[in-house]
Amino acid sequence: MSDLPDEATLAAMVEAAGRAFAQATTLDDLRAAKQAHAGEHSPVALANRRIGDLPREERKTAGQAIGAARAAINQAYAEREAAVAVADLDARLVAEAVDVTLPVTLRPTGALHPVTALTYRMCDVFVAMGWEIAEGPEAEAEWLNFDALNFTPDHPARFLSDTLFLDPAAGHRILRTHTSPVQMRSLLTRELPVYVVAPGKVYRADEYDATHLPVFHQLEGLAVDKGLGMADLKGTLDHLARAMFGAETETRLRPHYFPFTEPSAEMDIRCFVCHGESVGNPARPCRTCKSEGWIEWGGCGVVNPRVLTAAGIDTDVYSGFAFGLGVDRTVMFRNNAADLRDFVEGDARFSRQLVGVAR
Amino acid sequence: MRAPYSWLAEHARLSATPAGLADAFTDAGLQVEKMDDPAAQITGLVVVGKVLSAEFEPQKNGKTISWCRVDTGEHNPPGETSRGVVCGAPNVVAGAFVPVVLPGAVLPGGFVIASRKTYGHLSDGMICAEDELGLGEDHNGIIILPDDPAPTPGEDALALLGAREVVYEIDVTPVEGYCLSIRGLAREAAQITGGEFVDPYAAPVPPAVAAGYPVELESADCPLFVALTVTGVDPARPTPRWLADRLRAMGMRSVSLAVDITNYVMLESGQPLHAYDQTTLRGPIRVRKAHAGERIVTLDHVDRALSEEDLLITDDSGPIGLAGVMGGLTTELTTATTEILLEAAWFTPTVIGRTYRRHHLPSEASRRFERGVDSGVAYAAARRAAELLRDLAGGVIAEAVTVAGAPRELPGLTGFDPGLAGRILGAAVADGQVAAILRASGVTVVETADTLTLTPPTWRGDLRDPYDYIEEVGRKLGFRSIRPRLPVAPAGRGYSRAQIARRAVLDAVTGAGFTEVIPLPFVGTDDLDRLDLAADDPRRSLVRLANPLSEAQPYLRTTLLPGLFASVNRNTSRSLEDLALVECGSVFRGRDLGPAIMPDVSRRPSEEEIAHLFGELPGQPRHLAGVVTGDWLAKNGSAAQEPATWRHAVFLAEVAAGAVGATLVRRRAAVAPWHPGRCAELGVVVEGEFRTLGWAGELHPRVVDAWGLPARTCAVECDLDALIAAAPAVGQITALSKYPATKQDVALVVDVAVPAAAVEAALTAGAGELLESVALFDVSTGAQGPEGQKSLAYGLVFRSAGRTLKESEASAVRDRAVAEAARATGAVLRS
Repeated sequence: MSDLPDEATLAAMVEAAGRAFAQATTLDDLRAAKQAHAGEHSPVALANRRIGDLPREERKTAGQAIGAARAAINQAYAEREAAVAVADLDARLVAEAVDVTLPVTLRPTGALHPVTALTYRMCDVFVAMGWEIAEGPEAEAEWLNFDALNFTPDHPARFLSDTLFLDPAAGHRILRTHTSPVQMRSLLTRELPVYVVAPGKVYRADEYDATHLPVFHQLEGLAVDKGLGMADLKGTLDHLARAMFGAETETRLRPHYFPFTEPSAEMDIRCFVCHGESVGNPARPCRTCKSEGWIEWGGCGVVNPRVLTAAGIDTDVYSGFAFGLGVDRTVMFRNNAADLRDFVEGDARFSRQLVGVAR
Repeated sequence: MRAPYSWLAEHARLSATPAGLADAFTDAGLQVEKMDDPAAQITGLVVVGKVLSAEFEPQKNGKTISWCRVDTGEHNPPGETSRGVVCGAPNVVAGAFVPVVLPGAVLPGGFVIASRKTYGHLSDGMICAEDELGLGEDHNGIIILPDDPAPTPGEDALALLGAREVVYEIDVTPVEGYCLSIRGLAREAAQITGGEFVDPYAAPVPPAVAAGYPVELESADCPLFVALTVTGVDPARPTPRWLADRLRAMGMRSVSLAVDITNYVMLESGQPLHAYDQTTLRGPIRVRKAHAGERIVTLDHVDRALSEEDLLITDDSGPIGLAGVMGGLTTELTTATTEILLEAAWFTPTVIGRTYRRHHLPSEASRRFERGVDSGVAYAAARRAAELLRDLAGGVIAEAVTVAGAPRELPGLTGFDPGLAGRILGAAVADGQVAAILRASGVTVVETADTLTLTPPTWRGDLRDPYDYIEEVGRKLGFRSIRPRLPVAPAGRGYSRAQIARRAVLDAVTGAGFTEVIPLPFVGTDDLDRLDLAADDPRRSLVRLANPLSEAQPYLRTTLLPGLFASVNRNTSRSLEDLALVECGSVFRGRDLGPAIMPDVSRRPSEEEIAHLFGELPGQPRHLAGVVTGDWLAKNGSAAQEPATWRHAVFLAEVAAGAVGATLVRRRAAVAPWHPGRCAELGVVVEGEFRTLGWAGELHPRVVDAWGLPARTCAVECDLDALIAAAPAVGQITALSKYPATKQDVALVVDVAVPAAAVEAALTAGAGELLESVALFDVSTGAQGPEGQKSLAYGLVFRSAGRTLKESEASAVRDRAVAEAARATGAVLRS
């Protein structure tokens, strides 16, 4: 039957379909081309439909030839469709591009106060060692703030010029001048041994200027156990200093005087910026330690046995150590804050400068 | 305490350099705050010059210079009798002695001096001002050197100016009174640097004797009084330069020879002395407490009313001195005084401290008496002053001396275990080292089998307890020898529930967009007035300070809002207008309280005493408060602007409640300082009862005006302790249904006054347990609906724990929910 396409004609059909598909650049055009070359009325479909008209012995050969042509067309279509889909998607992605540098503020920027953030960090260091966090009120009994800590009745710290008293002053209540009353609260309420730190707000009848605040924050530490002494104090402070300022940080204890510790010491840390290289070296001044090489960090010492006695603790069996440091001051030298007034004036920019783990 | 190195070296053989000694002092607890060594900053010569002539020459540039001829003695140019120097200072005059910097010298700051042509002359050196030599700040003119006695031209001007002296400024702690003297510091310097100390004041106080001027001690607060008479003193003798220089180096000025001598001996020995014109004394000296109504005119010509606690030196005429603080005018030394009675006494430190504070008369003497003077040095000090009066003023020391009383006995310590020092100090302390150090500190040490018996020297009243001696050993060993050891604490329980909760709240609210501030916690009644608080508002139960920092804000805050409002104003004044601030802090509630107790410290307080100490204090709950103003979100190019409203104030409380796991309930309230129509009372429901925690909303326009806040500022404040206490201890997890949910929406019309929360509560109650959640997704009023009504659209989600709900079952539940809403709130299903 000469009506059926011969091999060459089939090849031409495949080729024509392939050409049409290649010319189509959109999925719509491609589908139209498919309709024309592989659809119901396409030459190859028409040829296929007529296979039944052939004598039985010819059907197989013709069917195979036409089937191969149809498969070739369909494959050409599938390949082209995939390519056009990719091109289509590419075009869409280009069209959908946004300016990724636009702001993405979905809520206001909040921040912890640097003093709060630093307090958390220091507390974490102690909690990791098994210490607990002790607390006490800001308006406190004078006895807990002074007498129990071996301050004599005439100690200058009790003067109205130094300590803020609740009215009337003869009522023996004050705004705590340090976090140390929490030492006595802990010793009176906790089972021995005691290992606590007490962060909190303290008050002094002090000036209000760039380097003084009448209200500031301290972190107090107290450990009372069998056999504790200066070695344990130094080891603990070294650990804290390294956790806060890096593994190489050195500390130094200088003898000093506090009523509630004996021996007492001032604690310095090696300047973590210049490492002491600014000392006597005017060409390389250091702002952080004022070219002194060391930064005063706090006071400390072995708990005066008189304090333990006031808590009813047997000083032949127990001894301890205590330390206190200023949190605001630590923020000052650690984060380069220049003016303490910024800590209390509430300018939102102050807190927002320190974010995340960079606090 | 100031201390010139040269003076220390007079009494201690020192091998340490001045810088080395400074470090050693600091390591021993005598912190060197400053070391003045001006000459070390200068190289080359600065010599005395006598100005022979000074001619003013006006210049074209408007300045006037002086062309000076200056005699610099041996440093004059070869063959000449003076050198020419151009000077710009107005105070240079012929005849004056001035410091001249010679060419080749380098001044502080690297300023090189050379001969140079200027203003038509060859200026061969520089006449300088204080600041140019680094000796002070003054640049108003050149230094004019003292001319009585006249210095020699060409001699070292820096020595004359005291600039060759290394002077330490040492921070002496309250218990180191003995270091408020050159003698005490020299002893320490020798001990800590391995030098040798020779005590210039070793002579002990002789037994009591009344041979000299009669003295009667009538108060236990003066146990020792030495009186020594010097006659034939020439009042016209000047103070020698070495003595005046020493006083100046110590920060004291020269007054007169006799007074300078008493000051000099005080600085050297630590024993304050007083000098009376003996001819003005009337009858025996009596030391006693003041009588009621008594008065004294002190040396500063002030007529003072005395307290019965003031310790006085008196004679038959009445008070002639405030003991240890200031002498009286009637017995003062004058330019005619030839007969001097020297007083060297010991007074109870606290008595002197109270007196000088009462009369506002701090002085070098009272400061020393307050810290505790060596009671063993009184006689030697009086003797030394008398000898100086003899040597410098031609006086004759009377043979007969009065010693009333005796030096105080300091209690010793027995049974001291020397091994305790090493254990407490955490350092290796060799056998015998403890005793050796303490002996070098002046302690009398008696060694028994394994303990020591210790008696402190007369100047070490601070050595009482075993630990005082341990500290002394530690100071002398230096704390550098401590071998650090990290103690192992018992297993801890971590943060307490409340601590975790507070931190979670602050982390959550700052994470949600609020910025934490920590304002000062003081308020005045004006602040509360501006909050519109009623007279009986509990926030007016104030705690007053006896000595407030500011009379305008003498109270402790009862609310965090004033501090937050002040912070807002601070920000807006700096052009920061979009604010969301939060504070977490204590407020103080005034209560009627009697005086707090002051139990004996030699024992543990009783349980009743502890309960009183802890309980009898103002209430101090921690509050959480916030303020929002301006835009919560400003227009930012990709998102719409969102002004801060009451919702953001409530949001803060909701975030806080969420952080602790509490469920906040809200109802309308009219509470100051909020807008009565836009104020939510915040609470929790505990055992079916609403418990108020605080309020949130827009501020009352009057309050906004009174504080000068931006219009429509919103605020929130709640009791954080109570919120945390109301949170469930442990959350519950119920089994999750694996079946699909059925969702249905309802729109209900209610009166505008009906709170949405009431409708929601009724829907929840009516639906029962098949209702999984209810969410309000639309509120509309006005145009479409009837007047005075609003439409609330809710999305209801139903789900069964055990099966898939049929649509019809869900509808039936929904109908029950709507019916309950209708019953409880008058809601009508919108068709």
